[in-house]
Amino acid sequence: MQSQTQLPVNPEPNIEKTSTQEERGISPFRLAFRRFLKNKAAVVSVFVLFLIILSCILAPLLTDHDPIQYDLTKIEQGPSSEHPLGTDSSGRDNFSRLLYGGRISIIIGFSAMLFTLVIGVTLGAIAGYYGGKVDNIIMRITDVFMILPFLVLVLVIVAILEKVTVGIFVTVIALTSWPSLTRIVRGTFLSLREREFVLGAKAIGCSDFRIIFRHFIPNAIGPIVVNATLMVASYIVAESGLSFLGFGVPQPTPTWGNMLSEALNIRIMQYHPEAWIPPGLMILLTVLCINFIGDGLRDAFDPKSNKR
Amino acid sequence: MTKYIIRRLLVFFPMLFALTIIVFTLLKLAPGDPYSQMMDPQIDASVFEEQRKARGLDDPIPVQYFRWLTDAIQGDFGDSFRYKGRTVAELIWDRIPNTLYLGVFSVFITLIVAIPIGIYSARNPYSPLDYAATGFGFFGLAVPNFFFGLAVIYIFAIKLGWFPSQGSISKPGLEGFELLKARLHHLVLPGLTLGLASTASYMRYMRSEVLSVLGSDYIRTARAKGLTERTVLYKHTLRNALIPIITLLGFEIGVLLGGAVITEGVFKYPGIGTLFLESIGNRDYPVIMAITLMLGFFTLLGNLIADILYAIVDPRIRYD
Repeated sequence: MQSQTQLPVNPEPNIEKTSTQEERGISPFRLAFRRFLKNKAAVVSVFVLFLIILSCILAPLLTDHDPIQYDLTKIEQGPSSEHPLGTDSSGRDNFSRLLYGGRISIIIGFSAMLFTLVIGVTLGAIAGYYGGKVDNIIMRITDVFMILPFLVLVLVIVAILEKVTVGIFVTVIALTSWPSLTRIVRGTFLSLREREFVLGAKAIGCSDFRIIFRHFIPNAIGPIVVNATLMVASYIVAESGLSFLGFGVPQPTPTWGNMLSEALNIRIMQYHPEAWIPPGLMILLTVLCINFIGDGLRDAFDPKSNKR
Repeated sequence: MTKYIIRRLLVFFPMLFALTIIVFTLLKLAPGDPYSQMMDPQIDASVFEEQRKARGLDDPIPVQYFRWLTDAIQGDFGDSFRYKGRTVAELIWDRIPNTLYLGVFSVFITLIVAIPIGIYSARNPYSPLDYAATGFGFFGLAVPNFFFGLAVIYIFAIKLGWFPSQGSISKPGLEGFELLKARLHHLVLPGLTLGLASTASYMRYMRSEVLSVLGSDYIRTARAKGLTERTVLYKHTLRNALIPIITLLGFEIGVLLGGAVITEGVFKYPGIGTLFLESIGNRDYPVIMAITLMLGFFTLLGNLIADILYAIVDPRIRYD
């Protein structure tokens, strides 16, 4: 609004120019990493998430109790020095279930993410690189998959399967949720297809496989990494929601969702908040950290997207 | 634009067709049929065979599909496995009003909370309330709705006793104003829980939309003409900033129906979501598939409405 900004003599652009020249020698990954480190919320989140994962890995050192061993003489006990968070309705130690449960919840989140990544990136790459008919077919399949809300589809499949294990659960999640990633990868690839360096690579005789892996995926790594990160959070929520409702990982395997389902018993909810609030807070904290890291990565890979 | 709407409708029907095929496939994949539940050693197995033949369960799959589809279009989804003598359609119709109330209530709360706060945040960026709203946004998007539901039951139903923790009415036989009051009273906690994530995301949308509109040239022109800040805000800014929100409302139908499943489960609220969960627990496949078909249909319809609304409210966009 002020006319001063219109003046031709402005010292700022010069400073910017020298700084970009200085950064030219650094790889884009280093640059992204530097920008990521400047985001305080994201860095703190990495630290907190690391602590959560570490305490789940070190569960055997932090507690002597077996998370699965029930003891019907000690059901629904309050907090004590032996059981810091009391015991559940089958007399299992809640603190030990919290730590071991975190392992299962986080493992499910990460392995479902890796599985989805394989399906989603492969199909997205094929659709975006080849275009045309193949693209059309793959996109129509994603449309069909996206008709039903993810949770509803998983619930129906769980209803059809007689028995659910962690492995089956991860597979079901991955097989129902790849379409959104496929669309993102396809969109990025379609825009890369028209660039000169691709033409150059083709001209010197690179194979399709090499172009996809050496030229396309590194250029699309930003959206892929950001979405993969956010996927872990949504899978942890999906797992705990389904386990909470009794349709996820079956008891007695501890997961945060299974622990929360104890609160469906109004007596436990009312008199033993120490039994169900900690797993809920752990889910919330983990998801919050992952979301902050995802936002941080987005800004780091694509500084233009930073709106706030 | 008429062309665009017709093209959009031409996409809608094949998708609907695909949905019916998915649901029918899932139905066929499900183990058992109406007769496997009635197995009785005293009745000869051949009787069941005849019954199965009479019902056409041994017909070729495409024949079965078209029979199922013709019935489904007329609202006939067969009988429930679990509740003998009741049709699936009856069970669903009983529950629809409750889910409708919950959905409308939750959208209402979402809009009256998210829009004013979003506008305030955009007009006073980096103010304490803006920071509080941003913090709430992060929280609202991260907290799983079942945990939030349990927490509000614990605080507002058990500790403070302000609202009931479950159900949709306190006792049968209420009428008129009393009934309305009881319903609203039971809707508060589930409605807040269901609307939390949407409230958080609408607030963020509203903030960034208003911020970007306020920075545009026509707002500067409006101010330069000497219009009052009120006119600038309500007539020029909001009209443009609300465009994405209106279209989001179409997509909201699918989000609400999916979220209602868990929220209704937490509050044991007798709607479609609880019926769905009960049916999954009972392996009552006809009910499961009918609800799945319904949820898919409304999601598709919501997307269609969103796309058409987008074309109507924003004439700047050209579809060729």
